[in-house]
Formats: sequence, C-alpha cells, structure tokens
Amino acid sequence: MKYVDEFRNGELARKLTASIAGEALNGHRYELMEFCGGHTHAISRYGLGDLLPHGVNMIHGPGCPVCVLPIGRIDLAIALALEHRVTLCSYGDCLRVPASHGLSLLKAKAQGADVRMVYSISDALQLAQKNPQQQVVFLAIGFETTTPPTAVAVKQADALGLMNFSVLCNHVLTPAAMLAILANQAGERLHGFVGPAHVSTVIGSRPYETFAFDHGKPVVIAGFEPLDVLQAILMLLRQINTGRAEVENEFTRAVTPDGNRKAQTLMDEVFELRDSFEWRGLGTIPHSALKLRQRYVRFDAETRFGLEYRTVPDNKGCECGAILRGEKRPQECKIFGTACTPDNPVGSCMVSAEGACAAHYTYGLKNRFQRRERRGAENAEKIQE
Amino acid sequence: MCLAVPSRIEQIIDGETAIVDFGGVRKQISLALVDDVAVGDYVIVHVGFALQKLDEDEAERTLALFAKMGSTECA
Ligand code: SF4
Repeated sequence: MKYVDEFRNGELARKLTASIAGEALNGHRYELMEFCGGHTHAISRYGLGDLLPHGVNMIHGPGCPVCVLPIGRIDLAIALALEHRVTLCSYGDCLRVPASHGLSLLKAKAQGADVRMVYSISDALQLAQKNPQQQVVFLAIGFETTTPPTAVAVKQADALGLMNFSVLCNHVLTPAAMLAILANQAGERLHGFVGPAHVSTVIGSRPYETFAFDHGKPVVIAGFEPLDVLQAILMLLRQINTGRAEVENEFTRAVTPDGNRKAQTLMDEVFELRDSFEWRGLGTIPHSALKLRQRYVRFDAETRFGLEYRTVPDNKGCECGAILRGEKRPQECKIFGTACTPDNPVGSCMVSAEGACAAHYTYGLKNRFQRRERRGAENAEKIQE
Repeated sequence: MCLAVPSRIEQIIDGETAIVDFGGVRKQISLALVDDVAVGDYVIVHVGFALQKLDEDEAERTLALFAKMGSTECA
C-alpha cells in the first residue's frame, strides 16, 4: 500500500536503529514521551522499544481520546441513554469504557437502551434525519482530529434545522494536555516529545513552539509508521546531544507549519474554550477542552437535557491515572493482564487499541511469543548442528 | 480511533463527498475539510472525513532522508 509499505521497510529500520545506537551517548538517559496513542500503538505493534539502545526510554503519553475521558463523562452518556431514552451514538471504543455501577454503554444497551456504534458523526446525523420523533445524541470525543468533523456535523444540523440532534461534547486540546504533563512530576524528567501525527495535520507545527522555546523540550512531529517513529527518535537524540530545543517535523508529507486552515476556521466558528475540563489522570485543566458556542447551543446535549457533571473516582485497583501522566507503565498495574484485559477492561487504557495497557497486552504478549519462537528455532538449529 | 491509513481518492461524487479505496475496501468519505483534492490523490481519513492531502514530493524527501540518516557515514 502506498505511503505505508515503504515506511515499514525492515532494512531501513535496521539502519535507523543502528544510527540511534550510534547517537545515544553511553551512560546517558533519554526519557522521551510519545504523546499520541497512535504512536504508542506503533511502538508496541512493531516492538520498537526492544530495538532502542539501553538508556533510550519511550514513555507513553495521554494522547488516547478514549483513555482520558473520565468516568463522570461516560456516566452522562449512560444517563442520556437510560433515563432520557435518547438514541446515543458514538465511536466503537467509547461503548466499552467502564463507568459507574459496573455499567458501560454496551451494558446499558443490553438493558434496553438505544446505543449505536457509528463510524462517523455523519451516520448519527443521518439517523436523526430519518427519525424526527427520536432525540439522537452523539457522544463526541477526541482531540483536534475528531473536532473538525463534529463542527461540520453541527453546522449541517443547523442548516437542516434539525431539532432532534445534539452533541455531548468532550473535545479536548493537545497543547493543553502537554502543558499539564510538563507541570507533573513525570514532566520534569522528560527530555523531549514525539509530537502527534494526525492532530498536527490539523493544528500545524507552530502550536508546539512554546514547549521547545519556553520549556526547553525538543518536539519532533512524526507519522504513525515505524520508520517515522524511529526517525523522530533519532532527530530527538540529535537535538538533545547538541543542546538544541526546537520543533522539527518528520511528517512533512502531511503536516505544515500552519496546519489545515479550513478545519481550524470551522472549529473556531462552532466551538469555544471551556473554562475548565476534567481529564482522567491529569485532573481538572483550565482551557483544555471545547464546548459549543452560544450560536449553536441548541445542539449541546448538556444544555438541552440539563445534565450536571459529577466527578467520579477511578476504580481503586486501576493505575490509568499514573499511566496517563507518564509515571507508571502498564505492567506496574497489579491487575494488568489478570483482572483487566481487553475483553474485560477495568480501566479505559485497556479499551482502545491506542490505549497503553491494551497495546502492551496485545503486542507485548505476541512479541514475546514470537521472540520465544525465534529463540526456539535458533536452539533447534544449534541442536541439529 | 486515530489509526487511519492513507486512502486513495477513487471518485469524487460532488464537491463534498468522495469514494476512497481503504486498502481494498471502498468507502464514502466527506471532503468538507479539504480543498483541491482530485482523483488519484491520497488523503488521511479520520472518522469518515479527509483531514489532509498527502504530499508526494515530501514523502519522497522523507524516504531519502531515512536512507541518509540511516547510513553510518552520517551518524
Ligand atoms: S491494566 Fe487495566 S486497571 Fe490497570 S491501569 Fe491498565 S486499564 Fe487500568
């Protein structure tokens, strides 16, 4: 597949890892955070962590939209479905996130709620058009990648004069989360960021300049393929070793300094900043999320149904908060892979393929199995000799 | 959710919608967020919307950079 296969070339990957090994200074520690769940997924899937030399550590960031949604927000969606009897639509992963009282949207569906998994917000809009008697609410989540599609849908609903469509808005902002990470204990020991791929196609590379210039943390924006990630790590090491802190862009095939202006204009037209928003793991962060502007407030489900947000603590055994802050690794959670698995998630990080726990569980096991098989084959060869 | 692959525009239905080839699967997507895309272009598709067009020249440059950065004499 074009733009995919050539960025997964094994030969080049070996050369890049050799360069990384050559660049890493002996006895030096490089603590690098990949902000995006997409990168976390790539690192786990291709076992990139194992290819890195001693001293180069990848720390998973909070850039997984499903993971950072706190329980209280899912509870609102469940209340809409169970009590207000709306048709609740959302992206697949959201339906499995554990909420209060042992519920999830999927379990609410089993209790008779009308919960639908959709691929796109456009599907929810169509559903509303076809069923004018039924209130349809879209549980909107995500960073700056899913926000422009929500803006388009809200404008369409407005143009169509739809009275039975609204959005439970949970759109959050990447730079605000990066700032929150730096304010945390894990942030201090970070030496640089692998910057988001798809988020940056929308917001561009400029919004990261503050992290380089004001916080002294190099940022290299990278694509989601394994060679992209390796190249970004190499570029980060070179910045760190030469004492530079800049924003560099490895993903120039899709990211420009200014990003997608059309998408930004649409977002700005439809959304405004919330004063504050609660994130899982990162706490309440000022100006870190969006809500609908007054002009579009009739499409805001929180207003339409008079919803009140309530903070709900995470499950006691769950370490998602510390993992999202970059303080812990999935394996450090006591119930990782035992009581908590992708089939039966206890925390949100085990739900989506971009969640750190799910990525480690799925690919950690597989990679270990493959390594064992390889070792087994090598041993078998030796035995035959 | 973020794990989209670049898709090739197969057909533009009207200014706002297109059919893409998603690694063998044909899918209808919205073009509301991008300008100037044509059949044959590759776009990053996210939750049913094209987010950005891929730049072929830049992709070539990045691949050339891998080869260069990955070579030992440059290290
Ligand atoms: S393993 Fe499960 S419970 Fe533990 S941190 Fe990960 S998601 Fe939370």
